[in-house]
Amino acid sequence: MSALTFTLKTQPAQRIDMSPLTPDTLAGKSAAGVAAIELHCGNRRLRTDALFDIAGDDAADIVIQNSCGKLDFIGSHMKSGRITVHGGAGSWLGFQMKKGEIILNGDADAYAAAELAGGMLLVNGNVGDFLASAQPGNRKGMKGGLVIVSGNAGDRVGDQMRRGIVLIEGNVGAYCASRMLAGTIGVMGSVGDYVGYGMRRGTLLLFSTPRLPATLQDCGSHTLPFLNLMFKSFQGLPSKFAGINKNRVRRYAGDLANDGKGEILVFA
Amino acid sequence: MIVNGVQIDDTFAEAFGMRGTRVIITAQNLKWANIAATAMTGFATSVIACGVEAGIERELDPSETPDGRPGISVLLFAMSSAVLMKQLETRMGQCILTCPTTAAFSGIDEGYPEITRIALSKNLRFFGDGFQISKQFNGKRYWRVPVMDGEFLCEETTGMIRSVGGGNFLILAESQPQALAACEAAIEAMKKIPNVIMPFPGGVVRSGSKVGSKYKALIASTNDAFCPTLKGITNTELSPEIESVMEIVIDGLSDPDIRKAMRAGIAAACELGAANGIKRISAGNYGGKLGQFHFKLREIMNGAAA
Repeated sequence: MSALTFTLKTQPAQRIDMSPLTPDTLAGKSAAGVAAIELHCGNRRLRTDALFDIAGDDAADIVIQNSCGKLDFIGSHMKSGRITVHGGAGSWLGFQMKKGEIILNGDADAYAAAELAGGMLLVNGNVGDFLASAQPGNRKGMKGGLVIVSGNAGDRVGDQMRRGIVLIEGNVGAYCASRMLAGTIGVMGSVGDYVGYGMRRGTLLLFSTPRLPATLQDCGSHTLPFLNLMFKSFQGLPSKFAGINKNRVRRYAGDLANDGKGEILVFA
Repeated sequence: MIVNGVQIDDTFAEAFGMRGTRVIITAQNLKWANIAATAMTGFATSVIACGVEAGIERELDPSETPDGRPGISVLLFAMSSAVLMKQLETRMGQCILTCPTTAAFSGIDEGYPEITRIALSKNLRFFGDGFQISKQFNGKRYWRVPVMDGEFLCEETTGMIRSVGGGNFLILAESQPQALAACEAAIEAMKKIPNVIMPFPGGVVRSGSKVGSKYKALIASTNDAFCPTLKGITNTELSPEIESVMEIVIDGLSDPDIRKAMRAGIAAACELGAANGIKRISAGNYGGKLGQFHFKLREIMNGAAA
């Protein structure tokens, strides 16, 4: 069996909802059945084979070739298998994903890993705003799983994030870990203003001291044993975080305007 | 059956079904891991009055522990899961939480047919008074409880399994020092066997008991048949040359673990042999009606069931 490959024929003028094309929904479908699936494209519904050249038959291993930033909801609600995307991805990449693996070789737009509940999202590129956050109106963002971004991320990373781990090797924008409820975010590069704004609980791991709001307070330098455990669990991940083995940090706690049980740990 | 001049009695040890658990304790160095483990397994020789029978299983290399620090693995056994859970909680709270630099982790996660998760820090976390922090790595939940030396890190639960307690054998010798020397040799050998502990002081018990007593309030009393000073006035099990008897009790995570430990211990005692005053190896039982597990000495020494 070879990977079920969708190669985008032309760059679409409208955005395409890719949520019907996941390993779970395609499992057991014939080639004709897959081709006949209708996808929302702007205000129209188009057959999958009108948009993509389709090859291969292993629905558990989906590959999207020639992808672009107009393909939204890739891997949405996915529960198993793997999706590999070559090219860009639109918004809502891995939205409410429960299990499985998405690998994006390119950049993603806003709301990547929004309300992600499990599995792994690996982005070899940059992502837009609201990574691992909640959809507008909802109270909880990412609820579990692992997100790795090799590039940069936009504003509001981990907004209302509830559980899970987000590792970003590049820089992030403003309001990182805003309204965070729990979980862990690691950022190797720089962070923008208003970091930890409204943070309730959770851990933000940084490699350089950011400009902190007054409601995040210095708790001093410490050697924290849980960091050994955490970095041990990162070993083997396809990320620079896999090679870290430090446990000496400066601890800033807050946001005191919102219960103040969150923490920003900065490596000494 | 005679091994190196030592008679192995045609009898069996009678053991009981228990609940057992393992906890991995780590600390800044082995010294403090040992201090914590010793405190946690203190006053835990017999379920009769201690609630649990507990002991140190072995030392752990930093490469074997979850947080990469030196550690000690501890085994605890009780007659019921409720007692084990209660004892684990109090001992964790008073001996591990209090001990500087320690952390504690689950010691049983797989490899047994039926594993029940019981609280390790699930309730202890409330000591953090709201400042405790939960972290999940690789599907396991840990609690970080702020304490005066920094942070107490502890896994939320550990595994509890059905296990075996009360495996035993008796060493009968011509003198007290010789009996003790044989016990020390046996314990040394048995410490190398995984999944078992010998819960009594130094692994050895000198006050073996029989069921019942002339006093109505007591359910057990001295095993007069094996008391050398009563040889002439009781229905003795001892021949004239026996002057001292000591017992080694073994609790293990499974029936085969106890067999291995008994075999290693008896073999070590027999190695000293009749030349060093070791005359007989026997075992304690209650006629075979009370305990579900019977460990026949000769079968074990033949290696048939090891």
